[in-house]
Amino acid sequence: MSLRRSVRPLLRQCSLYHMPQTFPERIRLVLPAIQARAQSMPQKPGSDRVHFPGAVNSKFTTVMAFARPGDMPAMPTYRVMDQDGELVDKSRAQPDISDEEVLKIYKDMIVVSVMDPIMYQAQRQGRLSFYMVSAGEEGIAVGSASALDPADVVFAQYREAGVFQYRGFGLDGFMNQLFANRLDEGRGRNMPVHYGSAKLNIHTISSPLATQLPQAAGAAYALKLAHKLDPETNKERVVCCYFGEGAASEGDFHAALNVAATRSCPVIFFCRNNGFAISTPTLEQYRGDGIASRGVGYGIDTIRVDGNDVFAVREATAKARELALQGENRPVLVEAMSYRVAHHSTSDDSSKYREVREVESWKRRDNPIVRLRKWMEARGLWNEELEREEQTRVKKAVLEAFGRAEREKLPALRLMFEDVYEEVTEEQEQQIAALKDVLERYPAEYDVDGYERGKDGL
Amino acid sequence: MATLRFNPLRIARPQRLLVSHSSSRPYTINSALRHALSTDDSVLLFGEDIAFGGVFRCSANLATDFGGDRVFNTPLCEQGIVGFAIGAAMSGFRPVAEIQFADYVYPAFDQLINEAAKARFRAGATNLHAGGLVVRMPAGAVGHGALYHSQSPEALFTHVPGLRVVIPRSPAQAKGLLLASIASNDPVLFLEPKILYRAAREHVPVEPYALPLSKAEVLRTGSDVTIVSYGTPLYACVDAARAAERDFGVGVEVIDLRTIYPWDRACVLDSVRKTGRAVVVHEAPVNAGVGAEVAATIQQEAFLNLEAPVQRVAGWSTHVGLVFEKFMMPDVVRIYDAIRKVTEY
Repeated sequence: MSLRRSVRPLLRQCSLYHMPQTFPERIRLVLPAIQARAQSMPQKPGSDRVHFPGAVNSKFTTVMAFARPGDMPAMPTYRVMDQDGELVDKSRAQPDISDEEVLKIYKDMIVVSVMDPIMYQAQRQGRLSFYMVSAGEEGIAVGSASALDPADVVFAQYREAGVFQYRGFGLDGFMNQLFANRLDEGRGRNMPVHYGSAKLNIHTISSPLATQLPQAAGAAYALKLAHKLDPETNKERVVCCYFGEGAASEGDFHAALNVAATRSCPVIFFCRNNGFAISTPTLEQYRGDGIASRGVGYGIDTIRVDGNDVFAVREATAKARELALQGENRPVLVEAMSYRVAHHSTSDDSSKYREVREVESWKRRDNPIVRLRKWMEARGLWNEELEREEQTRVKKAVLEAFGRAEREKLPALRLMFEDVYEEVTEEQEQQIAALKDVLERYPAEYDVDGYERGKDGL
Repeated sequence: MATLRFNPLRIARPQRLLVSHSSSRPYTINSALRHALSTDDSVLLFGEDIAFGGVFRCSANLATDFGGDRVFNTPLCEQGIVGFAIGAAMSGFRPVAEIQFADYVYPAFDQLINEAAKARFRAGATNLHAGGLVVRMPAGAVGHGALYHSQSPEALFTHVPGLRVVIPRSPAQAKGLLLASIASNDPVLFLEPKILYRAAREHVPVEPYALPLSKAEVLRTGSDVTIVSYGTPLYACVDAARAAERDFGVGVEVIDLRTIYPWDRACVLDSVRKTGRAVVVHEAPVNAGVGAEVAATIQQEAFLNLEAPVQRVAGWSTHVGLVFEKFMMPDVVRIYDAIRKVTEY
């Protein structure tokens, strides 16, 4: 027993006050009875188990044996099509998806894969402060997004540009954020790649890893309650929360899965296991069977999928969504396996900690885009010429949006103070005046021309 | 993002004490929570051991009356409680999360500072924010709480733009400030001095009312010395002020900050410009405490009015050892002595 627990009874000495029970009846919700008192029954004579309150279905055994992770089979990885874009299980039906939808998924992956190297180079040329590519993981983001309802709420980590692309963020949306200009929804405050869109139901990305996980649980609980309170206005929705396998080592991962399970939250925890957290390989990240094996421990329905197989990702996400909304609702964990073929970010040179040969092999051997392309080509949906046209068209569109965004003014200086609180405080107003005074008295020391309305924008 | 359409919290204007009764804190906190839960479906209450009424009885009977979906226990995990609350707040709800003791808020530090405080700022034009979030936590010394049931961590949060930090001194104040905090569209940390849960008794209006945030209250007027404090030490401040007035005839003005950040600088500065002398009093350790911010602001904004250096009477720069507590906390003697020092300077 922890000290903290043992001290609590001492602090319970406060007197009890009883409230009158006269509040309006209407505010009572018609909801399941509040927690039934936990019951633990004493052992019945001859029973093969005691109902210990902490583990009610455990049988006694006289064999002293530790459960050993090595004795358990690794969780299988669900896949629909192989590296050649052919069905693995020839007896199953082809994925239930329209040609139109396949083309959208493919083209959205292309957009991300074309935008990434251009922006990576832009960062190298110093035109952008930072960038992170999604190479190798385009299928995870686009495939899962395609199985969600557009109204489902998304919390992302930072390598999910494909989700934004699928939902219609648009090249201008990406570029305005990357250049932090006056049209950026984040008002120029966040590092590049920290996208967000209220219209698309995607929360703004923040750098601290895994913080979005318990938030996703809370948001899912809110959606569930909102639906219960007013089913007419609030339809059933889920929250989909993305994170990498490295982020899953944070305490917030544990907090989130546990609270989501105990509060029955309709949330899909979507792990991108790409083998590396910056330089740290998974062998130094965990010793269990990946992230998926942990879901079961929290009482969460879990599946591991091939992240390079768009159809497997899409199907698993669709099923996860269905499970999350079933009955009293529940969280679901999806672990999508992939390989981070690019550097972690523009601030990272991954050849310092892994063989370039290994990366090249992954690039050649397996790739979500090539795999889907092969599937499409086999169906006459795509060919070399269409590929060339699409690549050219997207590249041109990216460069045009790039140019527009780069030429835009930066946000007005006053926006560095606004939105800290709902209203600018008296202290902040004084500081705004102080900054303005400095800018006016030392005009040669500060370049304010790039900002909307210059110093008058303060 | 959220398409929830809940009525905003309806809070009546402060009313005269038409109906009142003697009350202590758990009752008034409970009554404020009850009012918030009954007027706004989007108000939720959760934390460790909330459902049976809470270890301080603040949530007594609320789970029974409002249902387990709105008043519920969470797993024992502070970062989870606050993260969960932020997610609910960002979805349009008004979660009131409880941290069982302020001493255990640190596991949630990252969620509060990097997430709740910055949510509105980073989301910019998307206007998604964690306003509506209130984190309640019993704080301060209680006589025998030692290291982990005594702390006053407010200064750690007053350094964080985006958070509001509120500390009431009495039952009537607790109710009005808590309702205002729940109604606020900024995240609020609500620290409840737990020693007052049982000790403080005063008339509390039965009707709901809100007290304004970021407004200090002049508890006692005087023309010679200004004392700035909040929460529990205010009682010692008033006693010390009376004693000083009796013993050496100085008029002591006592100001209750009520909201520690963003704080009512105008009220404090007006007072110090009048009295020319200031003493800041709080339980938390003196180093980089709230007193440092108040004293620095006073010397910067009221330098020409000052007749003596600003005194800080606060906890020493150590931890709250079990048997040493009474020597740690600012008491009547130390405050009285500080009044004497600024007067005789």
